[in-house]
Order: sequence, then structure tokens, then C-alpha cells
Amino acid sequence: MRAMVYRGPYKVRVENKEIPRIEHPNDAVVRVTMGAICGSDLHLYHGMMPDTRIGHTFGHEFIGVVHEVGSSVQNLAVGDRVMVPFNIFCGSCWYCARGLYSNCHNVNANATAVGAIYGYSHTCGGYDGGQSEFVRVPFADVGPTIIPDWMSDEDAVMLTDACPTGYFGAQLGDIAEGDSVVVFGAGPVGLFAAKSAWLMGAGRVVVIDHLEYRLEKAREFAHAETFNFTDYPDIVVEMKKQTDHLGFDVAIDAVGAEADGNLLMHVTSAKLKLQGGSPIALNWAIDSVRKGATVSVVGAYGPIFSAVKFGDALNKGLTIRGNQCPVKRQWPRLFEHVRNGHLKPSELVTHRFPLEHIAEGYHVFSAKLDGIIKPLVIPSAA
Amino acid sequence: MDRTPHAYTPHDVARRETSEQLRARIPGWGADLDRADRPQFPELSLREDLTGARWEFPERQPGGESRERSIEHAFVTPVFGTAQPRRGLSGAIRKHAYAKYSEARAAHWLMLIAADRVEATGAHLMSIVRLHPDNPITETGITSELTRSGLSSRFGRKRSDTNHQWMDPVLVAGPFVAAAVVGAKALARARRTD
Repeated sequence: MRAMVYRGPYKVRVENKEIPRIEHPNDAVVRVTMGAICGSDLHLYHGMMPDTRIGHTFGHEFIGVVHEVGSSVQNLAVGDRVMVPFNIFCGSCWYCARGLYSNCHNVNANATAVGAIYGYSHTCGGYDGGQSEFVRVPFADVGPTIIPDWMSDEDAVMLTDACPTGYFGAQLGDIAEGDSVVVFGAGPVGLFAAKSAWLMGAGRVVVIDHLEYRLEKAREFAHAETFNFTDYPDIVVEMKKQTDHLGFDVAIDAVGAEADGNLLMHVTSAKLKLQGGSPIALNWAIDSVRKGATVSVVGAYGPIFSAVKFGDALNKGLTIRGNQCPVKRQWPRLFEHVRNGHLKPSELVTHRFPLEHIAEGYHVFSAKLDGIIKPLVIPSAA
Repeated sequence: MDRTPHAYTPHDVARRETSEQLRARIPGWGADLDRADRPQFPELSLREDLTGARWEFPERQPGGESRERSIEHAFVTPVFGTAQPRRGLSGAIRKHAYAKYSEARAAHWLMLIAADRVEATGAHLMSIVRLHPDNPITETGITSELTRSGLSSRFGRKRSDTNHQWMDPVLVAGPFVAAAVVGAKALARARRTD
């Protein structure tokens, strides 16, 4: 089969690989019909995630058709059209039994602090991902779901991570009616978080970024007020002015490790890998909210320490909540929102790259060229 | 200043729009207003019937005996990834990082990062030996700079990341340029020797 493989920081190519085989009775092998590149894939692409091995196939957002099932699989059959959450999870450990699927303890031998994620390094379990023609899907009875007939492929693939993660970010903010919400980052997750904040009754939603075309999308798609932080000498001061010097009730960090930051932050994180990412967006979030507020973190950071302004968080009495999104737990409600028209996840898709051109897709997404917001990946056999 | 900002008084900041106005303007506004009816919210409550699992502890996937694991785990998890097993010098570094240091130790992560760089360097060299060399043009997707508005996407757009993007080509192309220079010098020296 053809599959994207990592060749070192900033370098990927497509190679022939063996089709995955059933390795556990509850495995399935899925023929990928559509995948996506996630903003968090850029952490891998930039070499920021420890234990990202040469030859690894990225891709944790994908849908496909069941190609083969293991002997104990009962809920899926060959030929089913399925969407697969980015989390791999067993369904029975202490965490899964409580709905924390992203924290499953039975699938990632390499780490206890994070669950397993398709195509997301050995730190996240060492599973090849879905930017390929076929992928191994463990616990086929637990994770994947048959795509409803009424749902489009592009909506379905956006529901495997970006949309639920944004929605989850708004949930972690514990938004109450009339709350003011500031979202850092106008990528797909930030845009979905902003849109979801309205569903939860926010009274005001502000989105901050430096890319004008994304801020335009935030105004159009998420009905948000927008601020380009490069227009202000200090965006935190502007946020205080915007809230009568109180600060926002809720902040959502939808940027994570990819933030650029100042020269010191950039070099120590993106170049020297001595931080788990530049925490400038998180620090702005901490400083832009009022005392006693909630900061929701769904932007992904690496496992290495980051220079977070924890003293400010403590002294302001903040509640900081973060997690990888337990995707399947979001689906029932999100399916309702998609079906009744409150959310149209595919509206954020801007680019579709054939798998064979995936190096171009990574570069365009990484360098933010051509008005890119969300790139999809289409395998040649799809 | 005409008036004292709300932060310095007991009063709430006045809302710009009422809930009714927002409901009329924003599709779906308030659909999840009830905080008690957000069933996806990760409360730590036991959910016995919702996962699809028919086991209390999953059957073990074979082959875990020699696999690396975090020493914070009691054992290799019953299901695990089998992509890219450890090998070579980078594999030895990784084995040590997993066997010696917990996830709490910086040494664990920094050794894994170091192993990544060792493996990448070795892979580039081996790609030449195996006659399937890494191609810095196709593998970096750099040609999209010409076809995907590389210049106009960057300049005159107030992007903050362009401050540091100049480093990327240096870091990506640097090793290839260095290898070419070293190779050329070696070739020249060999010719002089002849």
C-alpha cells in the first residue's frame, strides 16, 4: 500500500508499505477513503514530539471502509463505512469506564500521561496512522462508528478530531449564559471552539490570531469579534480594555505548541526542543481572563516542560482545564448539531491533497500558504 | 477617564447583547445552555454500558515481551503499537531512556529527542547507500512556494511567524549543503592525491 512516511523534521514522502494485519482479536483493518492533516501533526512534522521514528506514518483524522476484522469483532463487518476517533481506547480500563477515552490506560505502553493516538509518535503508542491507504484500528468494537447515511464524508472526517476538540474546548470552559469568551487561535479547533461557545450560551466571543484570512473566517463562520494581535503593542492590555479592565470569564487556548512566540521562546521550543512548545498563547490566556476565571486548554503541548506563567494562574485563582478530547463521547450531541444545521464541520475544509502530494500539503499547512485552514488527504485508492 | 471601570466597582460588566438578541442572530445559540445537560462533560462517573467493551481486561496482544514501556506502567499494555520497532544506535538510546527514566524525568524526553536526531541522520545516510536518497525538494514540499502563493501569503500580511521562518531553510537545507561541501572537498582531495 502507499503511505506517508516521516523522514526527519520538515521532510515526508510517500512509500510502499505492507498492508497492516490483524494483531489482536478485536482489531480491524480499515481502507482509508479520506484523511486530514491536523495542526497537531505539525508538531511531529517539525520534530517537536519525542520518539517520532523515521518511517512513522502520521494521521489521526480519517474515515474509511472496513477491510478486515479480527475474530472477536462483533460491531463491525467488512464493507462498513466508518469514522474513527483519533483516540485509541479499550473501553474497559478505569478511565474508559468513566468516559475518559482519551486517557485510556490499556493502549499506550510508552507513556502513562497520554493515551494512544493514531500516527502520533511512539510517545502516543507507536501506531501508524491514517495518511495511508490502510490502517490498523485496535478495539474495533469500541472506537469506530458507522457513518450515518445522511452525513457527508467531509463532515465525518472533521468529526474525528477538529470539531469535537473545539466543542470540547468550549465545554472545558464551563461556559455559563452571558459569559465572555476569548479564543486564542483561529485554526479549525479555535473556530469550532468559538462556534461552540455560542451553543453553550456565551454572551460575547472574541477570537485572536495573526492571520487575517483566518480571522475573516472567524467572523463569518463563528460570528466572532476578532483581534489581530500584531495590531496591538500588547494584546493582553487590549483584552483588559475590552472587558472594562476585568478580563474575560473564559479563555480557550486553541494554539498549543505551534505558537511562534518571541525569539527566545521560538528557539528553545521549535528549534532546540527544550520546551514542549512555545506557551505564549497559554500565557496570554492566563493573563487575559479575570481572577477566578476558567482557562481551557485544547491546544496540544509536548511532554517536555514549558515556561507557563503558573504564578499568575495561582494568584488569580484560575481553574485550568485541559485534556485530549474523548471524541466518541462528543459524537451523539455533535451528530444532533450537524443534523439540525447548527454546525457544518466541512465548511472549514479549504484544501484537498492527493496522498501522493502530501509533502506539499504539509509545507503549505506548516507555512500557512494559500489561505489554508484545513487540508484533507485523499488516498489514491479511495 | 469619564467613569470608573467596572473592575474597580461591585458591578458586573454590562452585556452588549441580550440572550434574545443573540438567539436571533447566532444559529443554535444556547442549544447547550443547560450546564447539567452536557452529557459529554468528563465527570468521573462510572459508565458501565456505553463503551462496547465486552471484557473487564482485554485479551493480550502477543509480542509484548521485548517491547519498551514506560516504567510508570505495571506492564506492557495489553494492546500496543508495533510500528517501527527500535533498532540500531537510536534504538539503544531509546531503550535506555525507557528503562532508566520515568516520564517525570527530563532526561527521559531529552534522550528520546536525541535518539530522534540520531535516527534521522542515520536514515539520511542509509537512504544514499540504498539508492533511494532523500530528496530535499520533493520531501519538503518546497515547490509549493511557487505554486501556492509563497510570497503573497507571507509579505504585507502582518504575520508574526515570518520573523523566524528564515531559520527553517537554514536548518532543513543546512545538512544537505554541508554534506555536499564535505563531499566536494573529499572528491577534490582524492583527485589531488591521484
